[in-house]
Amino acid sequence: MNIVVLVKQVPDTWAERTLRPDDSTLDRASVDGVINELDEYAIEEGLRLAEAHGGEVTILTMGPEKASESIRKALSMGADKAIHLIDDGLAGSDGLQTSAALAAVLGRTGFDLVIAGAESTDARMGVMAAMLAERLGVPQVSLASKVEVDGTQLTIHRQTDYGYDKVAASLPAVISVVEKINEPRYPSFKGIMAAKKKPVETLSLADAGIDPGQAGLAAAATEVISFAKRPPRQAGTVVKDEGDGGVKAAEFLAAQKFI
Amino acid sequence: MAEVLVLAEHDGETVKKVTGELLTLARQFGEPSVVWLGGGAEGGRERLAEFGAAKVYVAEGSDVEDGVVAPAAEVLAGLVQRTSPAAVLLAATGEGKEVAGRLAVKTNSGVITDAVGLAPGDGGGLVAEQSIFGGAIVTASRVRTGTPIVAVRPNSVAAEPAPAAAAIEPAGVELSDAARAVRITERVVAERGERPELTEAAIVVSGGRGVGNAENFALIETLADSLGAAVGASRAATDAGWYPHQFQVGQTGKTVSPQLYMAVGISGAIQHRAGMQTAKTIMVINKDPEAPIFELADFGVVGDLFQVVPQLTEQIKERSAN
Repeated sequence: MNIVVLVKQVPDTWAERTLRPDDSTLDRASVDGVINELDEYAIEEGLRLAEAHGGEVTILTMGPEKASESIRKALSMGADKAIHLIDDGLAGSDGLQTSAALAAVLGRTGFDLVIAGAESTDARMGVMAAMLAERLGVPQVSLASKVEVDGTQLTIHRQTDYGYDKVAASLPAVISVVEKINEPRYPSFKGIMAAKKKPVETLSLADAGIDPGQAGLAAAATEVISFAKRPPRQAGTVVKDEGDGGVKAAEFLAAQKFI
Repeated sequence: MAEVLVLAEHDGETVKKVTGELLTLARQFGEPSVVWLGGGAEGGRERLAEFGAAKVYVAEGSDVEDGVVAPAAEVLAGLVQRTSPAAVLLAATGEGKEVAGRLAVKTNSGVITDAVGLAPGDGGGLVAEQSIFGGAIVTASRVRTGTPIVAVRPNSVAAEPAPAAAAIEPAGVELSDAARAVRITERVVAERGERPELTEAAIVVSGGRGVGNAENFALIETLADSLGAAVGASRAATDAGWYPHQFQVGQTGKTVSPQLYMAVGISGAIQHRAGMQTAKTIMVINKDPEAPIFELADFGVVGDLFQVVPQLTEQIKERSAN
């Protein structure tokens, strides 16, 4: 099975994240980059499926030079090889453009299964699997908390507000995973050493056959007009429980007309 | 006047609250038309009329009801082509955002997700407000290409009535084979009693690491039930298996914007704050006075939740009985 896992490098959630004042795009330079958390679950699921059914796991990343750190980590977890779509012309691309760029690469590499994390911790759109399935014309089997492959048949548990749906489709397909699906492995020392020798192919816009006029901030379908730090919340009242904490909390709720 | 398409959230019988909110927002940009997928439109019609739906486009049948995202996007895309709406509004649920994403590709349009506010722009169009990076930054964004598609977070505005006809008509969109490629074979409903849905609820009571184990979540549930609230949990609690994963509030779980959020035994790591920072009022109960969640508290109690929560629940019941 030819499995492609999408990996995005995002600013560390623990750092103070912000936008760049000049063009309102994500400030990637001033903070540490890490693998998007849910993508680690996607990598793990790809590795497990390859271990169970045979096949190869390829990491696909779009991002600046710095994103190669995340590619190395994905390879050290056990993925076989990687493709890094890297081009200054991609900077500032929105979801619509990113999906077009990734679909262009996937169309060239081919795949049986594309696996993505359900959303990234920076943009948090949660749309990439849906957009890619639409562009590639294959089934979208997203928000999976469980994945089973039997031949070319794919069954997942799709997380819903009320529980989950059992969903069936056939390969090739695009899936996205939620964190309930597995427990991502840590890279072993052997894995880290081996990752250094694994092939990483870099592609430019031209290599991937993407029209530069359609990529990047200038051509984005959405635009951040302005941004500001949220004013800090006004300091509230904090009381120490002296045996009447519950009573005081109820008084607050009553004063605020919640009860 | 241009139409504004609003994708209804419903469970086949009841129209969810967010639909009224979307209709209220939609009225700023034109005449709202609801798109109703599946059965039950007649039953929901009164509610839709109350909040200003001029028309209700209905698409039903097993292909729509048992499909996943693609049929919804295809029906909407057909209606976008036919009606050239000023915008398409959806609820920013997991599924709603996916429908928005596919629709954006189909119509080559810009999509904005998790909007917490929506207003007309200076030079026409619309401006969406978003709260990003765990609520640290507020942005104003617009769509430059195609039909603006906006997924709005539930509870972002109060729904206001504005009666209209809500005339039902068939959507009249034929689904492609591609839209039928994925089937729901079974729906598994987790027990959650009669509680409101997490993202829709006006009040959410969440428990975290301090709750200690799965059995103790009964305390959180009892408190929630005394308020008619939904129950949430921090990632620590869902990872530990104390509470089902779909109730996780936070960066990798649900984002909620209730009128009142109560964080019980939750320290308030950024991952959690990302899911609840836009709540209007926040109450905190935690034994650690240094817990960062207190920075967000409108009212906080430093104390043992096993003392404070039962007392609070009793007080609420007493006051409600009077």
